[in-house]
Amino acid sequence: MPSQVFTTAPHWEWWIVLYFFVGGIAGGSFFISALIDLIRGEADRPISRIGYLIAFPAIIIGTILLIIDLGRPERFWHMVVQSKTWLPAFKWWSPISFGTWIVTVFSMFAFLAFVAVVVQGRGVTRPFYGLFYQLGIVSKALQILGAIAGLAVAGYTGILLTVTNRPVWANNNLLGFLFMVSGVSTGAAMISLLAASKRRQHEGALYSVHRMDTWLLVLELILVVALVIWLSPIISWASAAAPGWLLSWGIILLLGVIVIGLLIPLALQWNPRIMPGSALLAAVLVLIGGFVLRLVVVISSEFLDKVRV
Amino acid sequence: MMATTAQKFQARPMGFFTDTTICIGCKACEVACKQWNELPATNGGANTLSGISYDNTRKLDGIHWRHVKFIEDFTPDRSTARWLMMSDVCKHCVQAGCLEVCPTGAIIRTEYDTVVIQSDVCNGCRACIAACPFGVIDINPVSRTAQKCTLCYDRLQAGLEPACAQACPTDSIQFGYIDELKQRANQRLRQLKEQGHTKAQLYGADENGPLGGLNAFYLLDDDPEVYGLPRNPQLPSKNLAPSSGLSVLGAIVMGILGLVSFRKNRMDRFAAEAQERGGE
Repeated sequence: MPSQVFTTAPHWEWWIVLYFFVGGIAGGSFFISALIDLIRGEADRPISRIGYLIAFPAIIIGTILLIIDLGRPERFWHMVVQSKTWLPAFKWWSPISFGTWIVTVFSMFAFLAFVAVVVQGRGVTRPFYGLFYQLGIVSKALQILGAIAGLAVAGYTGILLTVTNRPVWANNNLLGFLFMVSGVSTGAAMISLLAASKRRQHEGALYSVHRMDTWLLVLELILVVALVIWLSPIISWASAAAPGWLLSWGIILLLGVIVIGLLIPLALQWNPRIMPGSALLAAVLVLIGGFVLRLVVVISSEFLDKVRV
Repeated sequence: MMATTAQKFQARPMGFFTDTTICIGCKACEVACKQWNELPATNGGANTLSGISYDNTRKLDGIHWRHVKFIEDFTPDRSTARWLMMSDVCKHCVQAGCLEVCPTGAIIRTEYDTVVIQSDVCNGCRACIAACPFGVIDINPVSRTAQKCTLCYDRLQAGLEPACAQACPTDSIQFGYIDELKQRANQRLRQLKEQGHTKAQLYGADENGPLGGLNAFYLLDDDPEVYGLPRNPQLPSKNLAPSSGLSVLGAIVMGILGLVSFRKNRMDRFAAEAQERGGE
């Protein structure tokens, strides 16, 4: 009998699913924007700007969701400062502790970029715009570090689930990688949605965003298949112990993630010039798929709590 | 077992040895635990019956820090039947998964090598619930924090043995220093083996075994799974390095994909194409 079936579910439910989704978009959209800035430079800044405009509000919403989910929301700061000693609370080996700090650090980069692109072209460029764009190597370093922090924000949530003793979550080591890819993919989708009106002037940059997202969707498809194979022992245990579990979650995964979230967007995006609006439709479907992926991963395990030995 | 004197205990590993073979299922330990720790009743006292067992406590959680499991082992035709009783509790693991993942520092290891959640520090993130290999911890709906057995840390500091051990009428729950308890447990195991209990075994008494041993360990009369205990409990952190490694690999892959996708000359080419089409 798998040792994970003797454990209790932590009741990480809707707020957490939503946070995983929003946090992925925040980190992913910053990552894409930083790539555009670093590789393309000033010409396509109207596109990278969109990613930064998404990232900061998204990470703030994500943080609020996390705080709401706590049993004692007013004690959220206990994760940053130890309430008894006033020393910093940091345990790199605890994914929630690491995550608290990576979200905090990422929020600073996201805030800097957000203000920089908001003040851009309004005459007040210093200090934010200057720091993020005009300070040579320092600006480049901020963009690169912010992008890395963005990937960490998107990915640590998957690591967090694997570093437990719960069925499905602890039975694989792929969720960090998968959530990171999915986060960047949903970030790219948000950018292409909001950049629709700038399509004509920035065809090159947007084409690259789509190209990147196509790669990510292929990678994500491979990872989802690998995950299911990796989980096959616990899946076969769960389907025997909880009738209907495999059927219901299998259908949601197959339809919501693989078909709607991956295969159809891939077909639409393979050549975005096939039909007008195909890129927009693909982006919407990618976002739906990203949400359903987290829903399946998180809640399918929670459901197994009712099957106690 | 241990005399309740006001003499302080030494700062040495202490814990429970639970001999399940002499548990009579009276649940005195559950009651004593609830009383001492002032734990609320389930659903304000309006508990529903489990309907599938004589046990209506069902499981350990935030308001049940002791739970006497009834293993009602009957064949459908009742030709063979047995009752096994086991007073379940936090195992106070030598390597504790809950302690590892707690981000606030609410979970501490005491001078008695026990594991305690400080309720005034916990903010209810519930990482420990998912980390515990035994399903011991859950949220106490009154405090809205994660709670479990403290091995009566408050009583220990005053030289009192834990309430459950004191209440146990058959000494199924024995409290003491771990090294002494292990000697006693091995003696009792030998006795049972001689009496023909071939499947009798100690669970969690081996410091070289899973989790470095359990400071609340058991004498069982059958395999651990029969009692709802994992044969090979593991630390959540066993996945930390491989998961992080694969994620770093993922980040590198995405960096490369980004460089390939966003190459400037390529973008210029598509921009030029777009311009041409726009000018047609």
